[in-house]
Amino acid sequence: MPGITREEVAHLARLSRLELKPEELDHFAEQLDVIIGAVARVSEVAGQDVPPTSHPLPLTNVMRADEVRPSLTPEQALSGAPAAEEQRFRVPQILGED
Amino acid sequence: MTELIRFTAAETAGAIAKGEVSAVEVAQAHLDRIEAVDKKVNAFLHVDTEGALAAARAVDEKRAKGEELGPLAGVPLALKDVFTTKGIPTTCGSKMLEGWIPPYDATLTTRLKDAGVVILGKTNMDEFAMGSSTENSAYGPTGNPWDLTRIPGGSGGGSAAALAAFEAPLAIGTDTGGSIRQPGAVTGTVGVKPTYGSVSRYGLVAFSSSLDQGGPCARTVLDAALLHEAIAGHDPLDSTSIDAPVPAVVEAAKMRDVRGMRIGVVKEFAGEGYQTGVMQRFDESVELLRELGAEVVEVSCPSFTLALPAYYLIAPSECSSNLARFDAMRYGLRVGDDGSRSAEEVTALTREAGFGDEVKRRIILGTYALSSGYYDAYYGSAQKVRTLISRDFDSAFAGVDVLVSPTTPTTAFPIGERADDPMAMYLADLCTIPSNLAGNAAMSLPVGLAPEDNLPVGLQIIAPAMADDRLYRVGGAVEAALNDKWGHTLLEEVPAL
Repeated sequence: MPGITREEVAHLARLSRLELKPEELDHFAEQLDVIIGAVARVSEVAGQDVPPTSHPLPLTNVMRADEVRPSLTPEQALSGAPAAEEQRFRVPQILGED
Repeated sequence: MTELIRFTAAETAGAIAKGEVSAVEVAQAHLDRIEAVDKKVNAFLHVDTEGALAAARAVDEKRAKGEELGPLAGVPLALKDVFTTKGIPTTCGSKMLEGWIPPYDATLTTRLKDAGVVILGKTNMDEFAMGSSTENSAYGPTGNPWDLTRIPGGSGGGSAAALAAFEAPLAIGTDTGGSIRQPGAVTGTVGVKPTYGSVSRYGLVAFSSSLDQGGPCARTVLDAALLHEAIAGHDPLDSTSIDAPVPAVVEAAKMRDVRGMRIGVVKEFAGEGYQTGVMQRFDESVELLRELGAEVVEVSCPSFTLALPAYYLIAPSECSSNLARFDAMRYGLRVGDDGSRSAEEVTALTREAGFGDEVKRRIILGTYALSSGYYDAYYGSAQKVRTLISRDFDSAFAGVDVLVSPTTPTTAFPIGERADDPMAMYLADLCTIPSNLAGNAAMSLPVGLAPEDNLPVGLQIIAPAMADDRLYRVGGAVEAALNDKWGHTLLEEVPAL
């Protein structure tokens, strides 16, 4: 298994929406390389004909009755918002100027 | 009044029910203890003095009216700061949620309140429950009451330390890879990871949803069982909640009889990396079980050697997805919103400022493991390992009732020793991780001090899913035999703070 490079860590940080500092990139790249080297052992079983387990319980499509229940008021739902306006979450611009 | 803090939960509830002491007196004694020692221990992130006293008064009023009290009514508890509490701050040990006041209670919180349990406050933890030492908290490390320069385990170090420091007789933890059991082991307290799906995750801030499980922490096996019964059971608000009766754990804790039980010693959990004194106490516990009439055999679970690598792919993968919710839009921290930056830029700046190193490492690692090109080799293989581990458990449990191992390879290590060495830190969870991957039930129980450093050693007991009662049966018997042998409980040896 190949290790991980600083450039890959920078790419993954962008995908993860983490604005890492250059020194963090250096440090994490080094540490993640060691961690990935250690966890890569799982690929020993890659070729084996074993079904994957994603969850300890064999549950599918757990549904509840479609009934109206008490829920949060708009004030409660917005109580932790960094910014709110007219009963809505106020967010920075999501589209460009033009 | 100082003696009130030394009562077990069962004794406390009994004394309150009989009117020997009021719930308010009990709560006040614990609040005073927190006031006196928590500057040194740092087990609590938030102490809810008013709420605790109000809850205690409600219990006293109920009793005065002649209403029936539950088995834990008036007993104080320390709640890990990862469960939401309406009107009370919930930080998960992160700057990301500093000052956040949840508008709703977790199901577990509601159940505790309904049981008349007095919630003293919220306990310190590794950020978003990622860590094995509580050093990853954004609010400073917690000290181990046995030696304040050492870690109390993690991620639930605050809950375990609160018990060992006699700040609370009961606490709640969450166990994703060992975060209840490992702190229990290194603080000389009892910690149980119930069967996955038996304690509701509604209102438990998610780290790794297929592994996270809330559970009881206590100073005695019976107290843990009483708390287990109070918090477990089906919850329609959690789609992975098991709709089946809770095993009779309280009854099992009182049996104190392991005659005829078959106990398997996991061969793979020994050897290099295991501290001599830990193995000594473990071997003595196995011998004790034999003396108590259990049949002990050695069991091999070869896939367990791949559990740690599989865990550090699965847990970070789920974490990278779960923690995407911290986007600086709806709650929590927002930085860099100067009117010119885009939402995406604000999200990235906020996550950089709000998350600590371990959380960032795991988000990146999980994003990597789920990337196209690596998915099959890493995440896919880890899922296969998960199947192999469950098969190892299945074949082991075909021949034995429970499995035993040391809970942790070593006793509590010094604060700072592994702080910047993630792989060394991860090894603390070597023996606890397989149960999370398989979703079965496991307990850590104190079995003495390691002779070389006089620090607590934990015995891990593992039972099949939905056979949690077996943990309490074995744990209760071992605890009773050891207390008889010592003439006191292990925690009576904790140095004065």
